[in-house]
Amino acid sequence: MVSEHVESLQPITWQEPRDSYDVVIIGGGGHGLATAYYLATRHGITNVAVLEADYIASGNTGRNTTIIRANYAVPEAIRFYDHSMKLYQGLAAETGAQLFYRPKGHVWLAHSEMGMRTEHGRCLMNQAMGVRTEMLTPAEVRELIPQIDLTGGGRYPVFGASHHVEAATARHDRVAWAYASGATGRGVHVLQHRPVIGLLRDGDRVVGVETAQGPIHAGIVLSAVGGWVSQVAAMAGVRLPIRTHPLHAFVTNDFDQGLDKIVASTELACYVSQTERGQMLIGAEFDSQPSFSRLSSFDALRSYSYKITMLLPFLRSMRILRSWAGLCDISADWSPIMGDTGVDGFLITTGWGTWGFKAIPAGGEALAERIATGRTPDLIAPFGLDRFRRDHVLADQASAGTR
Amino acid sequence: MHMLDCPRCGRRPLDEFAFGGERRTTASPIDDSDARDFDEVWIFDNPDGLTTERWFHAAGCRRWLTVQRDTATDTVMA
Repeated sequence: MVSEHVESLQPITWQEPRDSYDVVIIGGGGHGLATAYYLATRHGITNVAVLEADYIASGNTGRNTTIIRANYAVPEAIRFYDHSMKLYQGLAAETGAQLFYRPKGHVWLAHSEMGMRTEHGRCLMNQAMGVRTEMLTPAEVRELIPQIDLTGGGRYPVFGASHHVEAATARHDRVAWAYASGATGRGVHVLQHRPVIGLLRDGDRVVGVETAQGPIHAGIVLSAVGGWVSQVAAMAGVRLPIRTHPLHAFVTNDFDQGLDKIVASTELACYVSQTERGQMLIGAEFDSQPSFSRLSSFDALRSYSYKITMLLPFLRSMRILRSWAGLCDISADWSPIMGDTGVDGFLITTGWGTWGFKAIPAGGEALAERIATGRTPDLIAPFGLDRFRRDHVLADQASAGTR
Repeated sequence: MHMLDCPRCGRRPLDEFAFGGERRTTASPIDDSDARDFDEVWIFDNPDGLTTERWFHAAGCRRWLTVQRDTATDTVMA
């Protein structure tokens, strides 16, 4: 039985809302809370409110499969996610929180010559950017993952893999809690059960939010919403290159042998890791059709189970304990969208698809810098909403690990 | 959602179909032609509610069909 380290949970200070703030952040998930935390710690801006429609981390922050990695395929993304991983590595020491950050290594299997080319290209690009990713032969894959069936059940033979050595997992709710605690301890207000139903406008400018409980004025409004971002952006007259698709995930009962690595397959679009409690945590591709339903489906469980048991046959004897779904905002080029929207006073961080958890520290830090200084940091400048108009998209579907 | 009604093949599992995107039911309100082209290429309405879509019966008759679906609950209406 793993220690949950409940005694190490730090307090969150809950406050009554003011009428007006310098900064209002819509969405109390990882990105919203991290932005508030870095505004307070890096820039001394504490007249900030984070508005959450439900409870903090109730959306995708608490629903994802907690993988932290930087093995992307376009340089801008590798640099961004590598920086995020570095921030994660120092986050426990910085906040004093127990985050269960566990370096594991991410093994990305290839089942065809084309898949091998993809992984080889990824390795070279990662190494050029200073990220440790190495190619593995099938024999080396077996050394790292003794439970693997290299024939892939006869259907998906393992041709090789790329191994991203520094990849890790962490406990998602602890990350949200650490940022919320650090932010509220410095005077930031985190307001739960306060859905935003409109935006306050002064001419073209956004000057606050309308909540179910009344208006709140703000110097700057940041949408850090997951799931209903198209609806929130529409309140400001902003149209987004985003579709929202549900992604399902499940955990099994405890596996007592231990699976050290994060095992993934791009071609099968599935991934598995072991949680701190010993459960196997499994996710795969999102639903092909957009929807806002967070009901888990039998179709998804059947399809994921089929694929993952081809690679790890021991999973056939495990039972599914819990399943759930989250809403993934998939941008048209499979990369996030951060920064200005073209509407004064209204910023956005979205397009986090299935890859948002790993980006929480770097996304929050960069958005905080943008809000505090008025300048977009170089790290996120390529991820602006205007890239679609400038014809500088960052197409990187093969690094999402899903489709 | 598990099944779709194909007008040619009947009620078939969703796995056989490929989502082909929403059908815009009203003319774009954007006047500027460049801006309208940009909107049609890159932007999605992404509605939370009733929507009209095109689906392709990839593993069946390989023809297109129009589906009405409620994206709030992911249920097919017609």
